[in-house]
Amino acid sequence: MRWNRNLVLGAVLTGLFVVGALISFVWTPSDHTVLDIAGKLKRPGDGNLLGTDHFGRDILTMIMVGARTSIAVALVAVGIGMLAGVPLGLTAAARHGGWLDEVIMRGNDLIFAFPSLVIAILITAVFGASAVNAIIAIGIFNIPVFARLTRSGALSLWGREFIMAARVAGKGAARISAEHILPNIANLLIVQGTIQFSLGILAEAGLSYVGLGAQPPTPSWGRMLADAQTLVSIAPHLALIPGLAIILTVLGLNLMGDGLRDLLDPRLRERSV
Amino acid sequence: MKFSAKAVILASAWTLSAGLAQAQTSITVGSQLEPPHLDPTSAAAGAIDNVVYSNIFEGLTRFMADGSVVAGLAESWEISDDGLTYTFKLHDGVTFHDGTGMDAEDVKFSLDRARAEDSTNAQKPLFAGITDVTVIDPLTVQVTLSEPNGNFLFNMAWGDAVIVAPESIETITSNPIGTGAFKFADWVQGDRIEIVRNDDYWGTPAKLESATFKFINDPTAAFGAMMAEDIDAFIGFPAPENLPQFEADPRFTVLVGSTEGETILAINNKMPPMDNILVRQAITHAIDRQAIIDGAMFGYGTPIGTHFAPHNPAYVDLTGNSEYDPEKSKALLAEAGLADGFTTTLKLPPPSYARRGGEIIAAQLRAVGIETEITNLEWAQWLEEAFRGKDFGMTIVSHTEPMDIGIYGNPDYYFQYGTEEFQAIMTELNSTTDPDARNALMADAQRNISENYVNGYLFQLAALGVAKANVVGIWTNQPTQAIDLTAVYWAE
Amino acid sequence: MFRYALRRLSSLIISLAVASLVIFLVVEVAPGDPASYMLGINAQPDTVAALRAELGLDVPRYQRYFDWVSGLMRLDFGTSYTYRTPVAEMISDRMRVSLPLAVYALTLSTLIAFPAGIYAASRRGKAGDTAVIGLSQLGVAVPNFWFAMMMVLVFAINLRWFSAGGFPGWEKGFWGGMKALTLPAISLALPQAAILARVMRSSLLDMLDEDFMRTARAKGLSRRHALWKHGVRNALIPVLTILGLQFSFLLAGGIIIEQVFFLPGLGRLVFQSISQRDLIVVESVVMLLVFAVICVNFLVDLAYAAVDPRLRTRT
Repeated sequence: MRWNRNLVLGAVLTGLFVVGALISFVWTPSDHTVLDIAGKLKRPGDGNLLGTDHFGRDILTMIMVGARTSIAVALVAVGIGMLAGVPLGLTAAARHGGWLDEVIMRGNDLIFAFPSLVIAILITAVFGASAVNAIIAIGIFNIPVFARLTRSGALSLWGREFIMAARVAGKGAARISAEHILPNIANLLIVQGTIQFSLGILAEAGLSYVGLGAQPPTPSWGRMLADAQTLVSIAPHLALIPGLAIILTVLGLNLMGDGLRDLLDPRLRERSV
Repeated sequence: MKFSAKAVILASAWTLSAGLAQAQTSITVGSQLEPPHLDPTSAAAGAIDNVVYSNIFEGLTRFMADGSVVAGLAESWEISDDGLTYTFKLHDGVTFHDGTGMDAEDVKFSLDRARAEDSTNAQKPLFAGITDVTVIDPLTVQVTLSEPNGNFLFNMAWGDAVIVAPESIETITSNPIGTGAFKFADWVQGDRIEIVRNDDYWGTPAKLESATFKFINDPTAAFGAMMAEDIDAFIGFPAPENLPQFEADPRFTVLVGSTEGETILAINNKMPPMDNILVRQAITHAIDRQAIIDGAMFGYGTPIGTHFAPHNPAYVDLTGNSEYDPEKSKALLAEAGLADGFTTTLKLPPPSYARRGGEIIAAQLRAVGIETEITNLEWAQWLEEAFRGKDFGMTIVSHTEPMDIGIYGNPDYYFQYGTEEFQAIMTELNSTTDPDARNALMADAQRNISENYVNGYLFQLAALGVAKANVVGIWTNQPTQAIDLTAVYWAE
Repeated sequence: MFRYALRRLSSLIISLAVASLVIFLVVEVAPGDPASYMLGINAQPDTVAALRAELGLDVPRYQRYFDWVSGLMRLDFGTSYTYRTPVAEMISDRMRVSLPLAVYALTLSTLIAFPAGIYAASRRGKAGDTAVIGLSQLGVAVPNFWFAMMMVLVFAINLRWFSAGGFPGWEKGFWGGMKALTLPAISLALPQAAILARVMRSSLLDMLDEDFMRTARAKGLSRRHALWKHGVRNALIPVLTILGLQFSFLLAGGIIIEQVFFLPGLGRLVFQSISQRDLIVVESVVMLLVFAVICVNFLVDLAYAAVDPRLRTRT
């Protein structure tokens, strides 16, 4: 029952940050918008559980509110990928071999071919740096992931008997896709969604690290790392704590993804043992 | 010139013990920005001047480390009684690095090129008053102005006014040929520029045989490179927070001086509600300068109350006009009918004084009810949106040009002040030559902008540098953008 | 096979054309003008106009697009606005850092991932396997720029074994260059190795279930011996595909790492050019990267089709 352990450990780790982010809406140890320059760069435990940053803000508060940013950006980016990618993949599969299939798949290849980070930087250079543009930049690259997965999942189903039966019953391609195919590939999508979610957290951290994510005073883990960069030699905790937050969240999501795959797709269970 | 006493003592101790080291004849100097190309007369990038000013290119006059203007390629000059004609006598025997001689024709070429219609000189206004440049003989050149200009010799000292040769102008961007004590040797783009001593130099030869400028943009990499002694000095050190570690280390000296950079919270004087002087005054009283200097610059910087450098003899301390007083600020806002505060934009260019300072100012303004939406911009965007487009509520920028209070006379300048009252002061200043009268007028100008609360005046940007303890002769202050290595040497 | 290749080739050309248009449009709408950037805040409007004319920025957009594309076809990448040097020269200069860095990182990740993956597969379900899986889970979760920061802190600032950044150039000696690339390569390689080890392990485990492996086992080869002799070679196909994809990722994906270590590579060139609005450099570099990825994909597809004729009917 190893999948269970992965799932539980992953869910606990992820849950920790999700709960932290949710609590931050109603309560935080201190106000992250108030600066206290005189109380800057305190070590963990010195009045503040995790210390203070270069502006004297409580780091635990920053991590909790920052979790909100990370989770929101990654979640919406996955949403964009699914909302656009899944219908595209279903259409491509339904029109397998046709020109629509060709156009959709070549379009996907094209998006894949673009260096994602460079394009993300360009998008934010054009439209300005903000959390919304970070979401769009990450979301665009999620589209082909879901489109491909959906198409290959759907293709393997189209030849099956129950689909044939539905066709004989006179159902159209759109209806079959929605009623018979989608429910059968939902598992695949959930697992992939978890993985893309974790990649989204990493991408958001990378973008805000180079200054292209959420703008101050909205805290974000990536920008905390960027701010900490010149201070690591004096106050290493400034870089260690947000780094650990990112690692633990991503680790949690990946473990959860593995656990879910084993749970939802018994055929694969044996392999990850 | 404010060395840390501790660093000096430790430094001299190190110098004594380092006596065994071999005499060094080259230096590697770190600098944050890489020049886009090497022609100081066709771009604004200070990074170009850092490398070429005085080292490779020289002008008729030049800046010294203390900001004074002295003779450069011009040995002497005469000014006509009406102040309209400058006759420059050039040094004899000056040659460019390619062996061609430097004479009056080159001076005429350089000045005419800078003021030409299709000139791409970034500081073209420096040459605006010139009506004619005449070659009298190979070593004499006469410059005629349309009206007297007390700043003309000062203008000719800028890096944008250096003397270039028509023979080498085509390739100046990649292979600069000047008259300086160093010759350009090599440029590994993205990494470094190397220069070597010019053995045919007309003046006092450089003490070093060669020098390397290494471009390290990232503050952490700069810190690491210095700590690892990969570089011997870093001019314009980007991370003030790391300086205490260098001060504590006997291998290094920390250089703290002053720049010409007045760092201001520029306010859009034409945008409501900031077009109301009460609102601007409220903004300035909400700002705690010391918290900004401590938080953004880790204590380095001198508070200013007007747009003028504190080290200038004509400076007037007007910080009292806008002391930190949140209650007064709230009262002023209420008086302006904005008791509930208001929301505006705060657009920040890349330097850390702006990004960090902006976060602190946003928090301070929030405390009196003014909400700011922060947008971080690249320089190119900032220039287009804020500077040219005037699409900003507030922004933070350091005005690094020396003696630039005149910008307040231009009603179209990005913060849009330019009242007739101020213009009158400037007009009078330009036609006044008596030093005391000039100082009095400059004081009037400073008071005018301070009392009209044109902008929030924050601090004079500090010139921060780190060098190995036994490097001698590096400029502490930055009267102009320059890393002049001509007098630098290693102490034994 | 020939018809298949032809069809793929035509879609490759269409892709490239679309890519060039998209890149040009996105880059050109970015606010900010290279000429004003270069001349700074004291420049007069007529000076800016003069420089724009000198840089050829005053011609209509569509004209610039066609000039750029026709230049690309002649391998002429144009001249950088800010540096005033040929873009091709700048790219090849930066390639001398980025290419070795990518190869170095790929070599490191392969050297770590292959043995780890093989070891884990041969110890399936045992403690060693669990350890490799756990480490690779961790490796995937670590942001590479954070790992890079930590390595700078430990190895450059505290231990002073390596310099914190910069690149001395190959002309100053091969080992000096390699040393400067070591920390960046490790930071890049770590997450890649983690992914690669997992792929290696799972494709080896797939192999174990294949008939020929059963046969080999039946012939009396030990599990480990069979795995080594037959499994590794056959498992290499999916692994090499991943490697190919990772390579193009590494070439462009080093952008943040190049930023942390201050390496004069392709990624930093793009980053710098975007902030300076050196549009032609941005366009050309991005186009080059897209071209590389599309071509790699094309070759991979062709190779697969050559191996497996069934794939030719699928587009």
